[in-house]
Amino acid sequence: MATLNSRIPEGKLAQKWQYYKDHQKLVNPANKRKLDIIVVGSGLAGGAAAASFGELGFNVKCFAYQDSPRRAHSIAAQGGINAAKNYPNDGDSVFRLFYDTVKGGDYRAREANVYRLAEVSNSIIDQCVAQGVPFAREYGGLLDNRSFGGAQVSRTFYAKGQTGQQLLLGAYSALSRQIGKGTVKMYNRTEMMDVVVIDGKCRGIVTRDMVTGEVEAHFAHAVVLATGGYGNVFFLSTNAMGSNGSAAWKAYKRGAYFANPCYVQIHPTCIPVHGEFQSKLTLMSESLRNDGRVWAPKLKEDAEAIRAGKLKPEDIPDENRDFYLERRYPAFGNLVPRDVASRAAKERCDAGYGVESGEAVYLDFKYAIERLGRDTVEARYGNLFQMYEKITDQDPYKTPMMIYPAIHYTMGGIWVDYELQTTIPGLFAAGEANFSDHGANRLGASALMQGLADGYFVLPYTVQNYLADELHTPRMNPKEGEFDKAVKEVKAHIEKLMNVKGKKSVDSFHKKLGLIMWDYVGMARNKEGLEKAITEIQALRKEFWADVRIPGSPNELNVELEKANRVADFLELGELMARDALHREESCGGHFREEHQTPEGEAARVDDKFAYVGAWEFTGVDAEPVLHKEELKFEECKLVQRNYK
Amino acid sequence: MSIEKKGLNLTLKVWRQKGPKEAGRFETYSVTNISPDSSFLEMMDVLNEQLIVEGKDPVAFDHDCREGICGMCSLYINGHAHGPDEDVTTCQLHMRKFKDGETVTIEPWRSAGFPVIKDLIVDRSAFDKIMAAGGFVSVNTGGVPDGNAIPIPKKDADEAMDAASCIGCGACVATCKNGSAMLFVSAKVSQLALLPQGRVEAARRAKAMVAKMDELGFGNCTNTGACEVECPKGISIANIARLNREFLLAKLQD
Amino acid sequence: MANIFSYSIGRKLLMSLSGLFLVMFLLVHLLVNSFLILDPLFGTTEGVMYNAGVHFMTTNPLIKIMEPVLAGGFIVHIVYSIILTIQNMRARGSKTYASGNKTPDVEWSSKNMFVLGIALLSFLVIHIAQFWVKMKITGDPRLDDTVEGHNAYVLVHETFQITWVMICYVVGGIALAFHLSHGFWSAFHTVGLSNSVWIPRLQKVSVVIAWIIGLGFSTIALVQYLVFPLS
Repeated sequence: MATLNSRIPEGKLAQKWQYYKDHQKLVNPANKRKLDIIVVGSGLAGGAAAASFGELGFNVKCFAYQDSPRRAHSIAAQGGINAAKNYPNDGDSVFRLFYDTVKGGDYRAREANVYRLAEVSNSIIDQCVAQGVPFAREYGGLLDNRSFGGAQVSRTFYAKGQTGQQLLLGAYSALSRQIGKGTVKMYNRTEMMDVVVIDGKCRGIVTRDMVTGEVEAHFAHAVVLATGGYGNVFFLSTNAMGSNGSAAWKAYKRGAYFANPCYVQIHPTCIPVHGEFQSKLTLMSESLRNDGRVWAPKLKEDAEAIRAGKLKPEDIPDENRDFYLERRYPAFGNLVPRDVASRAAKERCDAGYGVESGEAVYLDFKYAIERLGRDTVEARYGNLFQMYEKITDQDPYKTPMMIYPAIHYTMGGIWVDYELQTTIPGLFAAGEANFSDHGANRLGASALMQGLADGYFVLPYTVQNYLADELHTPRMNPKEGEFDKAVKEVKAHIEKLMNVKGKKSVDSFHKKLGLIMWDYVGMARNKEGLEKAITEIQALRKEFWADVRIPGSPNELNVELEKANRVADFLELGELMARDALHREESCGGHFREEHQTPEGEAARVDDKFAYVGAWEFTGVDAEPVLHKEELKFEECKLVQRNYK
Repeated sequence: MSIEKKGLNLTLKVWRQKGPKEAGRFETYSVTNISPDSSFLEMMDVLNEQLIVEGKDPVAFDHDCREGICGMCSLYINGHAHGPDEDVTTCQLHMRKFKDGETVTIEPWRSAGFPVIKDLIVDRSAFDKIMAAGGFVSVNTGGVPDGNAIPIPKKDADEAMDAASCIGCGACVATCKNGSAMLFVSAKVSQLALLPQGRVEAARRAKAMVAKMDELGFGNCTNTGACEVECPKGISIANIARLNREFLLAKLQD
Repeated sequence: MANIFSYSIGRKLLMSLSGLFLVMFLLVHLLVNSFLILDPLFGTTEGVMYNAGVHFMTTNPLIKIMEPVLAGGFIVHIVYSIILTIQNMRARGSKTYASGNKTPDVEWSSKNMFVLGIALLSFLVIHIAQFWVKMKITGDPRLDDTVEGHNAYVLVHETFQITWVMICYVVGGIALAFHLSHGFWSAFHTVGLSNSVWIPRLQKVSVVIAWIIGLGFSTIALVQYLVFPLS
C-alpha cells in the first residue's frame, strides 16, 4: 500500500503557502515554451489555469467537450464568490473564512489546503475586477457584499444572479487573449477518453473529436484535469446535461486514487421535479435564503389540502406555517449550511408535510416584500424570479416558491496532494474534479472561489515546481508506443460499446442508475440500502453491456455514443460511491448515515475512527478497490459537533 | 403537478442533415402526450428516445446546462430563434406555449457565419475568434490593484452587467436578416468600455473585434432591432450605438 | 482613418452621413415646393413666390456649389446601399427559414429599406426627367426665361395635372416617409449618437420628420391636382 503523502509544507498554517512559494522550483522564461501542458476542461479552474499557463509562456493545449470554452458549467453558478476582504467591516478575516470552510465541511477537509484557499481568495476578487467582471457595487462605487449559508459575515461578492457566468466569462476572456496570442491551442468539441501514463508519469491524453469521431493522442509534460464533478451519476441533478465523471474515472483506472466519492452535496433550494421526462433540475440560488423564509404547513390537513389542489399556500395564516429552519436553528435560521437545510426539508416531507407532489416545501418572499418593497426584492432577485416563473408558470411575487433538495455538487474527487498533484506524477486535478477543499460539505459561494484559486493562483506555482524537473524530457511522438497503444484501447472500447447492439437507450440505463443512487446513496443512507445499491448497480452494469443500443457510427457526430461512454463510467463510479458510503460508518456533511445521528436527528461524526480522507485505488472493474487513508490532522480547528443553533 | 394537465400531441417538422456538406431536408415526426410543464428540450428527448427504440438516428441538437445560461441550445422554432416566448433560451421554453395538435417547425440557426454541422447543430466558433481578437482586458494573473482601488459608479457597473449578460448563443445572428453579429460584438465592447479597467484599451478592442467580425463574413447592421427582440437575455441595441461610437472615435484618431 | 471605409461600420457611416445630407436637401426642397400651395393661398397668381424660390435656388452661388455635392450624396447613398445589401445577402446565406421570420415589433420599413430605396430611385428618375432635365438641358416651351425662375411654376403646375404623374408623386411621398421613418433615427444610431434614452426619442422624431417630408410632397402634388386645376 502506497502511503499517501499530502506533501504539506512545513511551518505554521498561515506561513505554509508563502514558504512553499519561496522554496519551490521555477522554470526560466526561455525554457517555459519548451514545456507542454494539457488542460482538460475550460471552466473556472481549467480556463483560469490554461490562461495563466499561457501568460507565463508555457505551451498549452486546452480541451472542452462543448463548442466553446465559455459554456463550461461553472457558468451556471448563480449566487456569488466568497473572499475574506472584510469590506463590510463585519469581522471577517482569512482565518475566519478558513475556519468557516473547515467547519462547514464538517471537519473532513485538509486544513493546509483550506487555509491557502482563504488566503488567495482576496486576490481572486482583485483579479476578476481587473478583468472587467461587473460585480455589484454600492452607490459609492465600491464593491457590494451579501451573506450566504454557513457564515455570520457578509463576504460574498456577486454579479446579479449570474456570478458564475461573469467569472467564467472573465476567465474565458483571459483564455481568449492567450488563444489569440497562440500560447494556448483550444480544442472544442473534443472529449478526453483516457490518460497516457509512461514509466509511472502522466505524459498525455487520448481524445475523441466529437464532430469527426477521430481518436488521437496528445503529448504533454504535465496534464491538468479540471473536468468538474460527477453529480450526474444521479441522472437528475443541477449539473449540465454533458457534465460527467469520465475524465476523473479514466484517471482513476490508470492509477490515480479517488477520494471520498460518497461526499455529495444536495442543494436545498431547487425547483421540484415535475414529471417522468424531467431531464435536469434547476437550482434557485442560495442567496434567496437571505430574504426568503422557508416553511411547510404546520398542519397535516393543510398539506393534504394543498396537495389535492384545494388550498393555496398564500391562504395559510402565519400561525399555521412552520418555519422549521428558524424553529430548529434560531442562530443561523434560514442561512444554515446546505446539508442541514436539505435534510430538514426531507424530514418535513417524509413526515407528511410536503406540498405539491409531497416532495416540496415553500420559500416565501411575502415577508421580504413587506419589509423591503417589491422593487428592492426585484432588484436583488429579479432574474431568478423570472427563471422560476418561466419554468413553473407561477409568479413568486404572489405565491411562495416551491423548492426541494437536489444533487448539486460533489465534494469527493480525485485525490490530490497540497500541490494538487494526483497519485500519478505529472497529473494534476483542480476545481470540483479534485477532492481537496470542501471536506464533507461545501459552503455556498465557495465552489467559484476554489475553482479560480486552483486555476489562477495555485497551479501556476505547483505545476511549475513539477515541470522544473521535466526540462530534459523531450517531446514524444503521440503516434507511437504507449500513445498508440492507448489510442487502440480507446478505439476498442468504442467498438465494444457500438457492438452491443441491444434494445434500450443509454438514457434509460442512466435513469435507472439515477433512481438507485437517489434512493440508496442520496440524502440519507444506511447499510442495508447501500449493499442493495451495490448489487443493483452491478446488475444494471451487466444489463447495460448486454442491451444498450447506440445508433449511427463512431466516425461521426454521435451523441448517443458520447452519452454511452459517460454512462458506462457512471455505472462503475456509482458502485464506488456506494462502497465509500458503506465503509464510512459515520455521518458527516453531505454523507448522512441513518445509523449515526444525534437524538435531534443531526449528523453524528465518529472522529476517532473516520477523521481521514478515504482514497480508493482501482484494482479492476469487478474487483474490490483498495482503500488508502490520509489522516487529517487538525491544528487550528477543534473538532466539535457543528452547531448552527 | 398534483393537478393533472392534459398532454399535448404534436407534429414536428425537423431539419435533418447528415453532415456539413450533405443536403438536408425536413422529416416529419409525431410525439404524443407531452406534459405542458416539460421543457422544449425534454420534448426533444422524448422524440429521440422514440427514434432510438425504432432503430433510427436521433436528432442531434446542442444543449448543455438547460437552465438558460450556457448559451449552447440554439433551435429556430416556428419562426423565432429560441421559439415563441420572450427572454428565454430554447431550454427554458416550455411546452405550455404550444397548442395541442400544433405543427412545430424546428430548424438550425441559418447564417453563412454559422454553418450546419449536423441536423440542428451549427458551428459558432466564429464568436470565439472574435473574442480572441480583442474581447478581453490585457491583464495577466497577479499584480493587479485592490478590487476597491477604482470606484465605479453603480450606474456604469449595472449597465456593464446588462451588456455582460450575453450568453453567446448566436440568436442575434440567426434572427438578423443581414446575418450581422453586431449585437454580440457590441455587448462585449460596451461592457468593457463602460468600466475603467477596460477603458484603457477600448479603442484597440473596438477596432480589432470589428475587423475580425468583418473578416469572418458577418453582415452589416441595418438597425432593424430584431436581434434585441429575440435575444434571450434582452441585450439592448443601445450597445450597438456605443460600439459605433467607440469604433468611429477610435478610427478618427488613427 | 484612411481605411475606415473598408470596415462595416465605416461603410455604414457613409450611408448615414449621405442619408442625413439628403434629408437636409429634402427639407429645403420641401420648403420651396410649399410655395406651390402657399402662392394661391396668399392670392399671388402665376406662382410669383414659387418662381422666386426657384430663381434663388438656381442662381445662388452656394446652392450652385452644392448641386454636384448633392449628386455625389445620391451616388454614395445608392452605391453603398448596393454594396452593403450584397454583403448582407451573402452573410445571410443561401438557406432561408422554412418557418419564416416572425420576430414581433420590428418596423416593416426597417426590413425593406433597399426595396423602398429602389422605389425611390425609380421615382427620382421620373422626377429628374420631368423637371431637372427640361429646365437644365433640353428646355421646354412652357419655360420662359424672361420671368424670374424661368416660370417653372407653369411647368410644374401643368405636369401635376397628369393623373399618373400625380399618383407617382403621392406614392413616392409615402415611400419616402417609410424610408425616412427608419432611416433618420438609424443614421444617428450608426454614427453613435444614440443610447437607451435617445433611441425611443429619435425614433419618434424620425417618424414625425419622415411623414412631414413624405406627406408634404404627396400633399403638394395632390393639392395641385385637385384644388388648383388649370384655369
